[in-house]
Amino acid sequence: MDNGIRMRAEGVNFYYGSRPALKDVNLDIQRSQVTSIIGPSGCGKSTFIRLLNRMNDLVPKSRLEGKILLDGEDIHAPETDVVEIRRRVGMVFQKPNPFPKSIYENIKYGLEINGLRDKSLIEQRVVESLKKAALWDEVKGRLYESALRLSGGQQQRLCIARCLAVEPEVILFDEPCASLDPISTSRIEELLMELKRDYTIVIVTHNMQQAARVSGNTAFFLLGEMVEFGRTQDIFTKPRDSRTEAYITGRFG
Amino acid sequence: MRLAKTALNDGHDLFNGGYSGRAAPPRPGASPFSKAGWNKQAAQKAGFFLLFMCILLTLFFLGSIVYFIFAGGGKVLTWGFLTQWPRNAMTEGGIFPALLGTFYLTLGAIIAALPLGLACAIYLCEYTPGNFALNAIRIGINNLAGVPSVVFGLFGLAVFVKFFGFGVSVLSGSLTLGILILPGIISASQEALIAVPNSLREASLALGATQWQTIRKIVLPQALPGILTGVILSVGRAAGETAPILFTAAAFYTRKYPDSPFSEVMALPYHIYALMTEGTHPRQQTAIAYGSALVLLILVLFISGTAVFIRQRQRSING
Repeated sequence: MDNGIRMRAEGVNFYYGSRPALKDVNLDIQRSQVTSIIGPSGCGKSTFIRLLNRMNDLVPKSRLEGKILLDGEDIHAPETDVVEIRRRVGMVFQKPNPFPKSIYENIKYGLEINGLRDKSLIEQRVVESLKKAALWDEVKGRLYESALRLSGGQQQRLCIARCLAVEPEVILFDEPCASLDPISTSRIEELLMELKRDYTIVIVTHNMQQAARVSGNTAFFLLGEMVEFGRTQDIFTKPRDSRTEAYITGRFG
Repeated sequence: MRLAKTALNDGHDLFNGGYSGRAAPPRPGASPFSKAGWNKQAAQKAGFFLLFMCILLTLFFLGSIVYFIFAGGGKVLTWGFLTQWPRNAMTEGGIFPALLGTFYLTLGAIIAALPLGLACAIYLCEYTPGNFALNAIRIGINNLAGVPSVVFGLFGLAVFVKFFGFGVSVLSGSLTLGILILPGIISASQEALIAVPNSLREASLALGATQWQTIRKIVLPQALPGILTGVILSVGRAAGETAPILFTAAAFYTRKYPDSPFSEVMALPYHIYALMTEGTHPRQQTAIAYGSALVLLILVLFISGTAVFIRQRQRSING
């Protein structure tokens, strides 16, 4: 797609049963950029980000109208391979969710399910992705220990490493720091700044400072509508919509 | 602000209207709670006492079962009792063929029921969205669990023994027992699968795994201890059931080793039943029946104990 747009939502409506969760959302996600989505709880921001890699396919009785495009192709089209979409659009979840396996196997898993069998190549990829996720120095001596013994922040970086290993093009972060302490949070934020050079990143966050610090573009969601979308700087300094202003100045939410 | 004002007005009206009758308005500072602490404490003590008596009563029954079976069967329980064949019209000797038969029947039941039950559980948990059909299937399976075991026995007689022509055999008995334990295996497996956190499924799918890869490599290994517990408990159930093998597998007495799936076999629970109801020498045979019951009891307790052990260990690992 032109103008550096990697993903695009076109007239997206989404329903849980008969309850609408998203109303006519239009949004462009730019290549090699962090796009953050902010808004109060229940505004549909998590629902939206989970549409970008079709995780909402798992929700029974849900229904989507409109299109979500990845490099111009409709990811919900019947001929699209959902498994391939999810490899290309990786996701890091709110609560760190490493597999109850060793650190090494956590990363190896993603490689194997995508068909990588060569042992030396796997090893190389594991090390690379741990380095990219800024976790290598802390775990290099104990790759075969259970991932569950890592701290919350380390677990989250392991999840990021696991995601990076399968070479996604877009990475979705669904409130990645919600369960982390401030120090772990700042490490993840530093990591995001590093990663945005090579990946397109979308992050849902409750933390407005975080959105202001890490993202180039920000979208504000309220009650299932996308109220305002623009450069982060503009959203936080001169919002056009009074509801955006009310939210960022802390009058509700 | 408006909200607070309304609340205040309501309070005002209440005091003017509500308390204008005989009852004096409560003094400011008086507690609205009853002061009688004694009643509460007494009820508490009475409650504890009742519950404790119920526990005692239950333990009493359990204890007396174990006591009477030990008292009746302890004398005959020797190594030879477990390894010898019955002799002298089953008034002497051991229960070896019955033990062997029970082993074959139980093993056969698990081989028949485990793959089927596990497959059903996986399908129900992982592939079907929560809907009407699913609930109907669940209710059906639960009802299957409530069917009396003698009905399974008759079913086995009609279908496996007669219709398929397997005869009275290990095969017919195993399949009948398999159907009996199927609901247990399905629901234990389902519980184990449901206990696997969804976040792990999501993590796997988000990496580009198919649903089948996710089930095979993430969900099943995680659910395995729970499934195993269910299977072991089912083993205990299958080993102890009499009615399902009554018409389908069990022989009163056979001199032959079961050498094919089509042999009929002796089995522990039926052996006990046979000795007590059809024995020709009640005095000697009653002791042997009690001895067999003791062996069966120990066997089932041991099997259940193993299940509990696995479950505890898994809890401490995940803990």
